[in-house]
Amino acid sequence: MTEEPGYRRPELVCPAGTPAGLRTAVDAGADAVYCGLQNETNARNFPGLNFTPAELEQSIAYAHARAAKVLLAVNTFPPAGRFALWREAIDLAARLGVDAMIVGDIGVADYAARTHPQLRLHLSVQAGASSPEAIRFYCQEFGIKRVVLPRILTVPEIADIHSQIPCEIEAFIFGNIGMMAEGRCSLTNYATGLSTNMDGVCSPAAHVHYEEDADRNLTIKLGPFTIDRFACGESAGYPTICKGRYLCGAKPAAYYAFEEPVSLNLSALLPDLMRAGVTALKIEGRQRSRAYVRAVVSAFRRAVDAIMEGRDPGLAGLLALTEGHRETEGAFGGKTWR
Amino acid sequence: MMVEMKVDAQPGEITLGPVLFNWKPESWRDFYFRIADEAPVTAVYLGETVCSKRAVLFEPYYQTVAERLAAGGKTIVFSTLSEVVLKLDRNLVESVCATADHLVEANDGSALLALQGRPHHIGPFVNVYNERTLGFLAGKGARNFCLPPEVPATAIRALCAAAQGLGVSIEVQVFGRIPLALSARCYHARAHGRIKDSCQFVCDNDADGLQLRMLDGRPFLTVNGIQTMSHDYLNLAAELPELRAIGVSRFRLSPHTCDMIEVATIFRAALDGRLSSADATARLQALSLGAPFSNGFYYGKPGFTWTTAPTAAAP
Repeated sequence: MTEEPGYRRPELVCPAGTPAGLRTAVDAGADAVYCGLQNETNARNFPGLNFTPAELEQSIAYAHARAAKVLLAVNTFPPAGRFALWREAIDLAARLGVDAMIVGDIGVADYAARTHPQLRLHLSVQAGASSPEAIRFYCQEFGIKRVVLPRILTVPEIADIHSQIPCEIEAFIFGNIGMMAEGRCSLTNYATGLSTNMDGVCSPAAHVHYEEDADRNLTIKLGPFTIDRFACGESAGYPTICKGRYLCGAKPAAYYAFEEPVSLNLSALLPDLMRAGVTALKIEGRQRSRAYVRAVVSAFRRAVDAIMEGRDPGLAGLLALTEGHRETEGAFGGKTWR
Repeated sequence: MMVEMKVDAQPGEITLGPVLFNWKPESWRDFYFRIADEAPVTAVYLGETVCSKRAVLFEPYYQTVAERLAAGGKTIVFSTLSEVVLKLDRNLVESVCATADHLVEANDGSALLALQGRPHHIGPFVNVYNERTLGFLAGKGARNFCLPPEVPATAIRALCAAAQGLGVSIEVQVFGRIPLALSARCYHARAHGRIKDSCQFVCDNDADGLQLRMLDGRPFLTVNGIQTMSHDYLNLAAELPELRAIGVSRFRLSPHTCDMIEVATIFRAALDGRLSSADATARLQALSLGAPFSNGFYYGKPGFTWTTAPTAAAP
């Protein structure tokens, strides 16, 4: 008699920043890809990223021909007076036949649920639903089929939530890890005038400045604020306020007040996550290169297949791909992270 | 200096938001006693919105504080926790929402579930950015919305128009450090080499928050447990006439250790047109807050910036 593994085959959900990136992810073994339109309706509204409506249509055809799903992120918060742009995104997604919409705003979720009841809705991590009660609210009101959990929960906490909600769970397993609760951070807007929630940008490159002194020390600023300083040759991750070094009265020297510049890597926890009830494994990185996407997606494809066949997943090579070559299990590994 | 101003039927209310910091419980009690007796505010929000571990510290004083505030003619609204993850967090939200004899302000989705179908308030930690979200929550029983601080004037205007049609009120923070981010991690504990579970309540060292400075020594942010706030103090005294004109009816002061009776008196006078915005700001500056004022979010600019209100000049 074979032993039950205690979990079902998870969906590998992969980033698609561009049409070429989408094809790369699909070819590398993604079960689903997620992407956004070229505007502030999604939380990765970066120059050179994302899809025109025509590209989205072609990309859906490409993915569907290879049995992969396409999830469209419309997960920012429309400011009053500008709702039409988000409404158009939802209508477009419904017309083109995306497999699900990822929404964060209550108004957007309400519009999508009322106008396109056939459309599958996922609750974005941007909604900040971190308790069973909050998730149940969204499920009850908008028929949410899957929640993307914030990166702040331990594996036992995920298992506990799983037993108390009526929808699927998607969890981040690899990539950039922001320290602040998603959808609840105005730090970028405070420094730059562009809002993560309303404009879909976090630490926009156009507002990042590098200043080199005579000794080749590099000072990094966001807007007028110094976020970090590096000695010549020191490796630096992408600068965000929550990964900067600061001074405070309780510390003798500069320190990472929020988090070190590390990346999330849960490869060692995959079976635990799957046992906890996570049925969709999400890889962050719509802004990353195709080479990166190919390497990470292929590695996790092999890992998930190996786990399902009872073999060792063997994910040791992923460290080289993490930010600053440093990784963390973040909150997932245990509550000492808090 | 007297300022000519149109006064409409609704004079507008000054409200006092919840204390966001971990004050000594006796200081906390005495603060509210003074507010009850002296502050020209109509409503006082009570409750722990930042850290569920702190809530128990204030429990011995809630009843006496609530009674004193009621005796002072203040409406009491209980605010719920903003970041709800742990069992302790969930229990706190549940217990605050379970009491039926007072109004509750929801600050996360779990409170929305608990409060649906009965009159309640929506706090600034619930993302209400647009008319559709406003309308949806009004349909669930929300009667007053305190908007997230980053919502700019253009959106406040549109939200007020929608709120008037729905018969609900709009509230905005007009004074105090600006809440900018929440996390599951306690940065106060981290600064002291601890974690949230073993914090020993080190946040009570910093009654207005722990200052974070940049590597060049200039102040930047303020840490308050799991919350990150601005270093500067929001000051929308000069924007009060415009806020009233576009339909905002409640103006929230966020408590600090400075003289909050004086702050409330200043904002009440400015709202009544008895004090020019320049004089209001001058009197606020006299409080020696140790930080500059900002109002950037209101103008759709970087939050830390200061813009002189176009209508600020006294006649």
